[in-house]
Amino acid sequence: MSEPNGRGAPEASRRALLEVRDLTVHHGQLRALDHVSLQVFPGEVYAIIGANGAGKSTLLRTIAGLHQPTEGSIVYDGKDVTRVRPERRATSGVVMVPEGRRLFGSLTVEENLQVGATYARKGPWTIERVYELFGWMRERRNQRTAQLSGGEQQSVAIGRALVANPRMLLLDELSLGLAPVVVQRIYAMLPQILAAGLTVLLVEQDVSQALRVATHLQCLLEGHTTLEGRPSDVTPAQVEAAYFGLSGAAAAGPSGEGSQ
Amino acid sequence: MAWVNDIIQGILIGGLYALFACGLSLMFGVMKVVNLAHGDLAIIGGYIAVGVIAVTHIPVLWSFVIVVPLMALLGYVLQRTVIQASLDRSILTTLLVTFGLSVVIENGLLEFVNADSHSLGVGNAIITSSFSIGSQITIPYLLLLIFAVAVVVLLGLQYFLSVSRYGRLIRAVADDKEAAQLSGIDYRHVFGIAAAIAFGTVALAGIAYGMYSQFSPTTGTDTILLFAFAAVVIGGLGSLWGTLLGGVVLGVAQAVGAQINSSDQLLAGYIVFLAVLVFRPQGLVARGAQS
Amino acid sequence: MAWTGLGALVVVVVLALFPYVVGPGTETILVQAFIILTLASMWNLLAGYAGLVSVGQQAFVGLGAYFVLILNVHSVSMFSALPVAAVGCGVAALPMWWLVSRLRSGYFAIATWVLATTILLIIEKFPSIGGGTGMSLPHTPNLSSAVLEAYTYWIGLAVTVVALLAVYLLLRGRLGLVLTAIRDDEVAARSSGARVGLARMLVFVVAGIGCGAAGALLAISQLIVQPSAVFSVQWTAEMAFAVIIGGLGTIEGPILGTIVYMVLQQTLASYNAWYLIILGLVAMVVAIFARRGLWGLVDDHLHVRLFPVGYWLWTPGSNGRRGVIPRRGGRHS
Repeated sequence: MSEPNGRGAPEASRRALLEVRDLTVHHGQLRALDHVSLQVFPGEVYAIIGANGAGKSTLLRTIAGLHQPTEGSIVYDGKDVTRVRPERRATSGVVMVPEGRRLFGSLTVEENLQVGATYARKGPWTIERVYELFGWMRERRNQRTAQLSGGEQQSVAIGRALVANPRMLLLDELSLGLAPVVVQRIYAMLPQILAAGLTVLLVEQDVSQALRVATHLQCLLEGHTTLEGRPSDVTPAQVEAAYFGLSGAAAAGPSGEGSQ
Repeated sequence: MAWVNDIIQGILIGGLYALFACGLSLMFGVMKVVNLAHGDLAIIGGYIAVGVIAVTHIPVLWSFVIVVPLMALLGYVLQRTVIQASLDRSILTTLLVTFGLSVVIENGLLEFVNADSHSLGVGNAIITSSFSIGSQITIPYLLLLIFAVAVVVLLGLQYFLSVSRYGRLIRAVADDKEAAQLSGIDYRHVFGIAAAIAFGTVALAGIAYGMYSQFSPTTGTDTILLFAFAAVVIGGLGSLWGTLLGGVVLGVAQAVGAQINSSDQLLAGYIVFLAVLVFRPQGLVARGAQS
Repeated sequence: MAWTGLGALVVVVVLALFPYVVGPGTETILVQAFIILTLASMWNLLAGYAGLVSVGQQAFVGLGAYFVLILNVHSVSMFSALPVAAVGCGVAALPMWWLVSRLRSGYFAIATWVLATTILLIIEKFPSIGGGTGMSLPHTPNLSSAVLEAYTYWIGLAVTVVALLAVYLLLRGRLGLVLTAIRDDEVAARSSGARVGLARMLVFVVAGIGCGAAGALLAISQLIVQPSAVFSVQWTAEMAFAVIIGGLGTIEGPILGTIVYMVLQQTLASYNAWYLIILGLVAMVVAIFARRGLWGLVDDHLHVRLFPVGYWLWTPGSNGRRGVIPRRGGRHS
């Protein structure tokens, strides 16, 4: 496990908002994550990239609390939350936008946002502000979300997470199933979302998008970490090698099972 | 022309059937639980009312005030403990456990009460009498009152689900309980609320049934469960108005059956039920497919 | 495995000799046990292997009993009527399957129940076979009661042995593989060519035959057929509880469960509904906390398997304990 890159002495006094230590997660007998560790500091946009089945979504879902790890721990804001139920994590500020949007299909756009705001923390985000962020939403707020397009649903899903006023936003494969133009538009909104000191941990298959927005990145392959650092510090060749597991660039990690 | 009278009464009793059914529909829609003990819970409500009245001597119509909240509480507790535990295992387990519960309740009642029928006499002369329209149609006030109560409760439930905060949470959890967790919602608590509503409404229906007719320990499964299920299936899942329609269709089918042959009442209802199951399992008011 | 076969043979032979040594009271109790065991192994096949939770198997119990009655009314010996009744129930299972096959779990369960009740109501309309009150078998054999008991006992033993053997052979063969595949991943099973619908239908029909035979046996042992008794949902309760407690999804389970059931029933015989209450409560607890029932507990601790069906998967190193996964496909890492 390589040391955190580019976060030298001046930042050592700052505590990591999220710390994942030696996380190992199984799906039945399949090992999806193998002793993965990471640290996310406040204000960072931390991107986890990797091919299909590398374990990225599993990592995010475990951080959100939807999976229990077999080994390892998750420390959020200085407290061990490994055994804490997902809804409690959400109310403490770790809110995930799940893969595939997962909106409440029979509810309207506004109702989805209202549900997201039910146990919201105090903060700048309100339903009104989400309507301002996504211009089209106010007019369509009484439409059932099952009738929206993929890109629109993704916006609502992000909005639903925002109104909870998270401290840490988890974004799981925003680009999945969306046209490239739509994906670009959504990622272009990220700066507006990040203004108020929000920390983002995102998982993305589309490496170019991830590199464009990330302040730090980590690459997973078959459940373990192959690369870690700042986008400015790694070359495209290194990323490619880490992504595909080409020899010579992969970081050490326990070999063995974990592939699907 | 006597059949017009029967059909009208069939429509009115359909309201009661719908009231039986809405709890079943709610539990299935929200938690995917088929509560095979549903009918027995109605009977338990009836027996508790009998007991409460025997001890406190309050008028029958006041027994609702005590029994319904009590049953709602029981529903919440049972859901958070037994039913949630079996849900965590599998759907199969919930079927087995609710079936077991049904058998335990019935035999428990047979053991501690007796096998005789009970009835909750209403005691109010006005209600037990009827009014007439023309020379052919006679409608008991009680039946009309029950229908009115059923419609009011269903309306109230519909309103609650569409407008209130908890109603929204219930619908959200029914759509995707994992996504609800990500929004900070403890779905187990929401399940408990849904179960409380289901138990409360079915107890209400059970007491009403006891006022209109008689019940015994086995009435829960002999009669009520199948009626409730038939109403849900005929009307289609996911719509309270569908459930009302389902109840009415069942009531009318039974009335028609009774006209053909007085002992064919039940049979007619079941045949309609089977026909709907086979040919239109999503019900007459289709909201979402089932098979 | 050979020892199991030998052991089973010994048990059957010993049981067959019972009428020569025990009294009619014991024989009656054992016939009851045979009925429950046959029903239980059928319900286990349905729910434990095919995933079909039927709350309406009493339909076949009743139909089996009525087949015997109807044939007997037409002067067919009740013993000869049994195999006909069993086959008849198998045939009856086909249109019933057509009615309920597309329904999912909870709906399937309630549909089978409605179907059983409907059949009951229809049969009650025929006064020639007793209407609502029932009727005794008109042409019972002219034998002493001791001999009659013995014959009934032997028929019961034969039915049970055939039922258990049939279930075992079915599960050992292709059907067993298909059912396991369906349980693991239905979509994958379908796409790899397994005839899912056919497999389930076969199970439903076999269960119909088995429960019909049990119902016929019931008629023979009681010499009277009453609709509310033979079509009672209590039959499903008893067979389901026996299976759940003994071990759902194992072949040995129904045997163990039947023993528990009979013990409870005999000790609480004078307490009417109590044995069902206790049985029900135990079944609920077992269903939640010990999924594979009593046999599952025995299996986990003693690692014994009487009827070799399915396989174990060794998972060395995960937590030291052997990972026993009966009848599931193993995913090889």
